[in-house]
Amino acid sequence: MPDPDPVLVLRGAGRRYGERAALRNVSLELGAGRTLVVFGPNGAGKTTLLRMLATLLRPHAGEVRVLGRPLPADGYAVRGRIGFLGHDALLYRELSGRENLRFHARLHRVVPARVDEVLDAVGMTTRAGDPVAELSRGMVQRLAIARAVLHEPELLLLDEPLANLDPGAAGAVEPLIGAGSGAARVLISHDVEHGLEEADVVLGLRGGRQALLARAGEVDAAALRELYA
Amino acid sequence: MSAATEPRAVPTRVVVAALIRKDLRLELRTRESVPAMLLFSVSTFVLFHFGLDARSLEGDLAAGVLWVTLLFAAVLGINRLFVAEREQGGFDGFLLAPVDRTALFLAKATVLFSFLVVLELAAVPAFAVLLLAPPGLPGLLELCALLLLADVGIAVVGTLVGALAVQTRARDLIVPLLALPLMIPVVIAAARGTAPLWLEAGAEPMPGRWPAILGLYDLVFGLLAYAVFDYLLDE
Repeated sequence: MPDPDPVLVLRGAGRRYGERAALRNVSLELGAGRTLVVFGPNGAGKTTLLRMLATLLRPHAGEVRVLGRPLPADGYAVRGRIGFLGHDALLYRELSGRENLRFHARLHRVVPARVDEVLDAVGMTTRAGDPVAELSRGMVQRLAIARAVLHEPELLLLDEPLANLDPGAAGAVEPLIGAGSGAARVLISHDVEHGLEEADVVLGLRGGRQALLARAGEVDAAALRELYA
Repeated sequence: MSAATEPRAVPTRVVVAALIRKDLRLELRTRESVPAMLLFSVSTFVLFHFGLDARSLEGDLAAGVLWVTLLFAAVLGINRLFVAEREQGGFDGFLLAPVDRTALFLAKATVLFSFLVVLELAAVPAFAVLLLAPPGLPGLLELCALLLLADVGIAVVGTLVGALAVQTRARDLIVPLLALPLMIPVVIAAARGTAPLWLEAGAEPMPGRWPAILGLYDLVFGLLAYAVFDYLLDE
């Protein structure tokens, strides 16, 4: 039964880079608090999909609605309600973690106390004054997660969020970006088993096309591995 | 729609202040722009000092040397203006926030303007010592007015060109190719306005049309840049 108030609605959504179609005819819905996990080999269009939902790329075909608002027309209205974690941390290397988060807090009109709160939540309080350039990749990833959730977004767009994190750090960030965060999530993953555990809905992409769309209980790991064959 | 789901718009002045603070902090840490601009300017004055084989310059030649040097130094700053946004994800971080995108234009133009002012505080005295006859800088007030008016124009056009060029692979080539022709009116007006101040026979009053032309240039390009900047950020 369709969700009466979906967070995401895509109908025939597509995106090109020049003449090359990076994403074609993707259609899905995602309800509030639900998790969509996107699988697919390199170049399948996963990152393009995530950046399109984040309003960083314009859709070139079909209909895209995020948090009830059509894109790209109402992109301005949804930006402050999305938390985006892509391949890049979006942190200035010469600034400290705290300085970076305070900068983003000002852009999102978040109170300064929230910066310390998220730094503590990702276990980075003691290294928060160090320049990002001097931190390990795992620490930078923790700061990037802190940046993505700083403004308490309703929709999280996460591209392999646990990359570079040790098991302890992965556990620490779980309340912020896991199912318990309360936010709807779109999660890109190459870890089939873990992705299936996280998913309410599974989307498989191959060559920019929607190869698979199913509820998590309706698809098994073997079917997902075929996407990578 | 409930208040909780209304977009949280952030006042533009808050965003501009945050961007300026961040850029100045980055420059203080990296020292990538202003020292390079200053070193280039002083080196150029030294080259002119020895290359022209003249004890001092006056009039059109002195004004031309100063303004062309400052303009080339500005190109160095323009080249670096958006590099951190491009290479460290600053553009994406900014575009993900619920803010007016022209705030980035206002902030970057202000930062470039401040870089130019700092540059001139050191470079103009160096120019006077190396290339002007004693007692140094006649018509200092008029020169300061011209410098500020020219800096506004260079900052506005430089920010526009910098934002355009940083999206391309040939950034270092695109900036001078686009910026220098657009800034020809700045050099003409500023140099013509400066030349009478440094005549060998003594300073003459600066014709009022040159600062007026600079003011008009600032206004026209300021409005133009403000209108189109948003589109430059749109992919």
